[in-house]
Amino acid sequence: MIEQVIFYILAFFIVGFSLLAVTERRIIRASVYLLFVLLGTAGLYLILEYHFLAAAQVAVYAGGIMVLFVFSILLTDHPGAEVKYEKPKRMIISAFAALAGIAICGHIIYYNVSRAYQYIAQGEIDMKDLGMTLMGTGKYQYMLPFEAISLLLLACIIGGILIARKK
Amino acid sequence: MGELITSFLSGGPIPMFAYLIVSTLMFFIGVYGFLSRKNMLMVLISIELMLNAADINFAVFNRYLYPEQHEGLFFALFAIGIAAAETAVAIAIIINIYRNVKSIYIDENITEMKN
Repeated sequence: MIEQVIFYILAFFIVGFSLLAVTERRIIRASVYLLFVLLGTAGLYLILEYHFLAAAQVAVYAGGIMVLFVFSILLTDHPGAEVKYEKPKRMIISAFAALAGIAICGHIIYYNVSRAYQYIAQGEIDMKDLGMTLMGTGKYQYMLPFEAISLLLLACIIGGILIARKK
Repeated sequence: MGELITSFLSGGPIPMFAYLIVSTLMFFIGVYGFLSRKNMLMVLISIELMLNAADINFAVFNRYLYPEQHEGLFFALFAIGIAAAETAVAIAIIINIYRNVKSIYIDENITEMKN
């Protein structure tokens, strides 16, 4: 019971703040609402007992990406300048597209997702298992994607510096 | 809706489609923001919302359908890492655009970057 109460509070929190984040006029506030959405998602991972994923979400998204966002907003924003939206017709069309997508996906989820699957409490995944899975080379182990991600991040660091530096 | 309420009142575990409804709403709110805003940083925020909704789906499907395996967990973990890389490059590009045209709105100014 208490788990369900927490889940529904988190669900309304996430949906409400994501609506606020895309409709807010001032962009710095929109980024703070995005931060709340990301923290709420970390809460959902905690309910699902993925503690490591929740920690990674808080560290990478809430710690890293939000700092990048706030810095770039402070670098590029003119406070007091008028905020430009798309044309009203375009906004209505995009709202219609989003609502149609919600209707289609909601129908599919509600009528086709089986109710037979139940949550099986497994407790916390052992950190040693997680580390061995990340660094192992056997079946169901992820050494190669791990190294690929490290190369990708290195390329992104170099690329970001090259793109954003002063000529 | 009635099913959610009865499941809530009976106090059982959270049904799987409740999570899926949350992530669906989040994804399409992101789609709406992506299509309706002109500021590039707002577009990027909407993309983050969509990526985050996909990550929730990976974790939920892994936990409910294959609880003894960890594939969804690792896919969500790698997706978080790739999202960080993508955001860093996108923000570098936005700052470069701001240097060149003094505006980060998606309008006619941006097409001048081709030349």
